[in-house]
Amino acid sequence: MGRYLIRRLLQVIPVFIGATLILYFLVFAIPGDPIRALAGDRPIPEGTLNVLRDRYNLNDPFLVQYAKYVGGVFTGNFGESFRGREVSDIIAQRFPVTLRLGLLAFVIEAIFGLIAGVLAGLRKGSFIDNLVLVTTIAVVSIPLFVVGALAQYVVGVRLDLLPIAGIADGWQSYVMPAFVLASLSLAYIARLTRTSLSENLRADYVRTATAKGMPRSRVVGRHALRNSLIPVVTFLGVDLGNLLQGAIITEGIFNLPGIGGEVFRAVRGQEGPVVVGIVTIMVVVFIVANLVVDLLYAVLDPRIRYE
Amino acid sequence: MSDDVKTGSELDPPELEAADTRVGEPDSTTHAAGGAGAAATAVSGGEVVGQASLWSDAWVELRRSKLFLVSTFFILVLMVMAVFPGLFTGADPRSCSLGNSLLEPSAEHWFGTDIQGCDYYARTIYGARVSMLVGIFVSAAVVAVAILLGSLSGYYGGLVDSLITRVTDIWFAIPTILGAIIILSVFDQKGILQVSLVLILLGWPTLMRLMRSSVLSVKEMDYVQAARALGAGDRRIMRRHILPNAVAPVIVYGTITVGIAIVSEASLSFLGVGLQLPEISWGLMINEAQGRVRNDAFLLFFPAAFLSVAVFSFILLGDALRDALDPKSR
Amino acid sequence: MTATTPLASPPPSPTAHLLEVEDLHVEFRTRRGTVNAVNGVSYTLDERETLAILGESGSGKSVSAQAVMGIIDSPPGFVTSGSIRYRGTDLLTLPERDLEQVRGAKIAMIFQDALSALNPVFRVGWQLAEMYRVHTGTSKGEAREKAIELMDRVRIPSARERIDSYPHEFSGGMRQRVMIAMALALDPDIIIADEPTTALDVTVQAQIMQLLKDLQDESGLGLILITHDLGVVADVADRLAVMYAGKLVETAEVHELYRRPAHPYTKGLMASIPRTDQKGTRLSPIVGSPPSLMRIPPGCSFHPRCSYRRDNCKTDVPPLYPVGGGRASACHYAEEVMADGR
Repeated sequence: MGRYLIRRLLQVIPVFIGATLILYFLVFAIPGDPIRALAGDRPIPEGTLNVLRDRYNLNDPFLVQYAKYVGGVFTGNFGESFRGREVSDIIAQRFPVTLRLGLLAFVIEAIFGLIAGVLAGLRKGSFIDNLVLVTTIAVVSIPLFVVGALAQYVVGVRLDLLPIAGIADGWQSYVMPAFVLASLSLAYIARLTRTSLSENLRADYVRTATAKGMPRSRVVGRHALRNSLIPVVTFLGVDLGNLLQGAIITEGIFNLPGIGGEVFRAVRGQEGPVVVGIVTIMVVVFIVANLVVDLLYAVLDPRIRYE
Repeated sequence: MSDDVKTGSELDPPELEAADTRVGEPDSTTHAAGGAGAAATAVSGGEVVGQASLWSDAWVELRRSKLFLVSTFFILVLMVMAVFPGLFTGADPRSCSLGNSLLEPSAEHWFGTDIQGCDYYARTIYGARVSMLVGIFVSAAVVAVAILLGSLSGYYGGLVDSLITRVTDIWFAIPTILGAIIILSVFDQKGILQVSLVLILLGWPTLMRLMRSSVLSVKEMDYVQAARALGAGDRRIMRRHILPNAVAPVIVYGTITVGIAIVSEASLSFLGVGLQLPEISWGLMINEAQGRVRNDAFLLFFPAAFLSVAVFSFILLGDALRDALDPKSR
Repeated sequence: MTATTPLASPPPSPTAHLLEVEDLHVEFRTRRGTVNAVNGVSYTLDERETLAILGESGSGKSVSAQAVMGIIDSPPGFVTSGSIRYRGTDLLTLPERDLEQVRGAKIAMIFQDALSALNPVFRVGWQLAEMYRVHTGTSKGEAREKAIELMDRVRIPSARERIDSYPHEFSGGMRQRVMIAMALALDPDIIIADEPTTALDVTVQAQIMQLLKDLQDESGLGLILITHDLGVVADVADRLAVMYAGKLVETAEVHELYRRPAHPYTKGLMASIPRTDQKGTRLSPIVGSPPSLMRIPPGCSFHPRCSYRRDNCKTDVPPLYPVGGGRASACHYAEEVMADGR
């Protein structure tokens, strides 16, 4: 198990470098001089512009730029935005919003998804099963931004139940966005749980457990569920990364000041350092989430440890 | 072997039931014990019960499946809509007159008009073209790349496998929407081609991994060992034994990918980083509608409904295919 | 945690068999039609007795055993008629809660493929101890000790070290011993072994069969052995019941059956075993294949493949005719078959 862990960690390094390199390349090496763009129409002498460029390492060859940047990241220095703010400040300010949104969504999707999935899986072919099937497909088909827009309209405008924008109303502001963000994954978790459970209920070891005289509740609740939840738990792990992405859209729709909205704004405004800073964080979260999931999988399924 | 066959990180929502077939022991549910070309005749006391093979069985099952029929119907309608929009509407989606701005749905304008005064029904119909084009193009390309790389990687293993897997992991680590936003910001023109290319670039890792793990499972099957023992060469084994069997989950997920690609394009257009006006895309239309939802909700509903139905159909189709191709769910 | 409560039933009569299956019918209702898996099977089992049920895949032998345990998936499976009496009580009439106390504790089952039959995510010791914890309310520590004892009893070496291993960490033979241990845990009266050695190597097969025999001698339990392998059966079984297409076609004491089969199917089975003195000659299989259980031939279900076939075989269903010496055969021409010898 220890060897497996180390191997996976080593594999992470080239992946991190590769992914961030590609993204960094796209942001900085592509033509477009952000300094000049910053200057706009104002007649600023070239010398001053060059000093600015130097400050942002833009005169260095690309790989040097990249190396300096990554080096900086490891000491917590994400550089400065072109308008002079510390990128790490920007991130520190906005990340908590996204974090709250993400965690709430995670809890929602885990609880509701599991419950729906278990109920459907236990009574396959029944009314509740079909209900879950149909609703989950419907939800999965509707794009996140549509769900968001619709929710905003129906729940916020028409029914006036929950706030539809900003974080002014405290935790209430997070409720609708969290549900919207969770919706897709919730549906998926429900389906995954359902399928996994119903498959496991037909497995040989379930038959053995019944033949051992175990009560049905134990057969399902202990034997079958433990096996069924493996794919679900691993999915939940991966979903952390996906929630972060979904936050980009959700924050946009509901006007939440998180890093999702920020990265979007920054791309538009050609704020290279900000984009790269946030992107690096997202890639790291993604990679870490995947890593955790792999390890979790090995913990949950003893058969995998022998690799 | 560098990696174990299935790792949790291979999941990427909404990757539906295609993922289920991979979790657990490598006895992938979509592999018939006899290989694709194998036929089994049963003679019982002189009575021939029939020939069976994975794909022909699947076809029989599909024809009877309501899911399949419903989804195929919708998809066909949408395809016709994309190719011959004129069949559905006589109006020109681009002939707009500001005087007609924001009219409610009526007999003259079935879906009303948008802020420019264009017929909304016509715009919705024409919007199908972009979605279908992007969806099918992206999916086809991703499936092709995935089959190629996945089978090479899975079958040959070793250095080839390590290399391809590493590259895949790198691209996989780039979040889809985020990566798309950044890559698209580089392009000056954001047409259908650019958007499709970006989606292909970001989408192939998931399918490639699926193909690879599928090939790895099939490779261990007895009929492959038997073929090898009989002297079949690598290419023949790949073509006749491995590919037909390993490709099933990829086909299923490939169908679902059409839906995913459609959603991604719409999302990107919605965010403003994908297709731009005057292109007609449901995502763009929803973007415009969002701000006006209080007064003109119909602007939101129509493209949203069409978009959802389109995605719904492909996912349904994928589900139907999966059920049909899974020998265990008989 | 439930402690065993005595079954509410009239005291068994002294001549009651340990297990008596009478006219059992099991069908599976599927989309493509009804599968008649078991069509009127009857047999008995006494203490210290080993009954072997022999048949090919699709003969219904496993399903009839599963019916005894009450573990048939229903739907789509249904027991449509018959009775299964354990010490006089018809198990088919018992409510589920009572059945849960019978299963595992009084009647236990061993399955074919231990790798898939054991839960892959729980340690072997946990799965063994579960029998004690759930059926008799034993504490965790005590149950664990008992589990180690069990593993010793089935001759798994280094039991104390291996009790925390997972099923996939054992070899096939050892895994099967774990299954046997699980079945033995509460000293059941009956053990049903469904193809216990099919998935194992030949040498390991012999060991496992020997183990079962020894355990039976130790505790006097009744053993039902389900198999398709004639070789395995000869040393271990007292009586044999041959099944074909969901019916019993012959029952006999084991050596009698080997000496003089009374049914064409049994005869065909004997003849199809490759023997060392046959070297160089062709094998003689039974022509054709078993019928689909959805379309069982009319009359005698074996008639399409039978060399003794006469006209009435196509129309008249043969009952189990007694053919002397406690034997029975479902063939209209059983005497002829017997007279022809092997």
